Amino acid sequence: MDANSLSALPYVLRMADACLIHGQRLAEWCGHAPVLEEDIALTNVALDHIGQARALLSLAGALEGRGRDEDALAFLRSEREYRNVTMLELPNGDFARTVLRSFLWASFMKVLCTALASSTNPQLAAIAAKSLKEVRYHQQHAGDWVVRLGDGTEESARRMGEALALLWPYTAEWFADDEIDAQAEASGIGPAWSSLQAPWRAEVDPVLAEASLTPLAQDFNYGPFRSTGKRGVHSEHMGFLLAQMQSLPRAFPGAVW
Amino acid sequence: MSTNKEWPLWEVFVRSKSGLDHKHCGSLHASDSAMALQMARDVYTRRQEGASVWVVRSDQIVASDPDTKDMFFEPAEDKVYRHPTFYKLPPDVDHM
Repeated sequence: MDANSLSALPYVLRMADACLIHGQRLAEWCGHAPVLEEDIALTNVALDHIGQARALLSLAGALEGRGRDEDALAFLRSEREYRNVTMLELPNGDFARTVLRSFLWASFMKVLCTALASSTNPQLAAIAAKSLKEVRYHQQHAGDWVVRLGDGTEESARRMGEALALLWPYTAEWFADDEIDAQAEASGIGPAWSSLQAPWRAEVDPVLAEASLTPLAQDFNYGPFRSTGKRGVHSEHMGFLLAQMQSLPRAFPGAVW
Repeated sequence: MSTNKEWPLWEVFVRSKSGLDHKHCGSLHASDSAMALQMARDVYTRRQEGASVWVVRSDQIVASDPDTKDMFFEPAEDKVYRHPTFYKLPPDVDHM
């Protein structure tokens, strides 16, 4: 296994686990969304993310070169080995929080997948190109709801404002680079995530403005809080999520439909 | 949501990849046309059914009255001469 593949591994895992965990949370809405049509819509988005996670985890398994497939990586790792950003593992909360998180992340995926078109890893570039079509729809669908609720009734605006206040500080983690970003950029695998902050704000700010919502850090400065999920140090919610997600494959190893 | 604010009903028409015309495939509830289109995409085109989607407010469709079925449609039943099956086609015109 060459050094380039091994340095790409954590970078790919950050994307793969983000898709997996976000998909898992969205799937929790199945049967519980406010209306039947939105129930199906949210499940579609969840399945898109699971699909992205499958492709990315397969790639991660190949990069790692230890014979682990997508299932082994999805279901048989321990909490500290997951590299998703913390925001995506937080409980769904109400519908406002769910669609806002979905919008913030889809906007990030859109700029990330766009940048990955020039990745030196052709498989990653291909996965990104396919995912880009999906996340563009996720962004539009979730963004519509952000505007409808943010610029809706007094109650919906209050809920959307609370969701933004809760979620916004967690976006700081996305753009705080470390050595994995530096290696990915140096090897041409993908952009350092800090470079995505300005294009991400260009996607997010107009929608928040239309929704009469104000991001908490107009000037890109966040408070001192930094979540650390992408380094494997997760919130207290992650263990419960994994326990539920992994229970079946651990109880019935190798189970298939 | 209170019942008096229930979202209006929309009829959904989908054109398949190989199809020429939009076909009615069902209905759904949505608050406006933009949402109706997105919901139609999510509810009715999940299995690659569609290349194009139309949505129409159900209350905008004018339908014939089922009770007038006899008056409307039965008189056409014995007018076989309205079908162009009595013409001899030139052999060059294969299928028409």
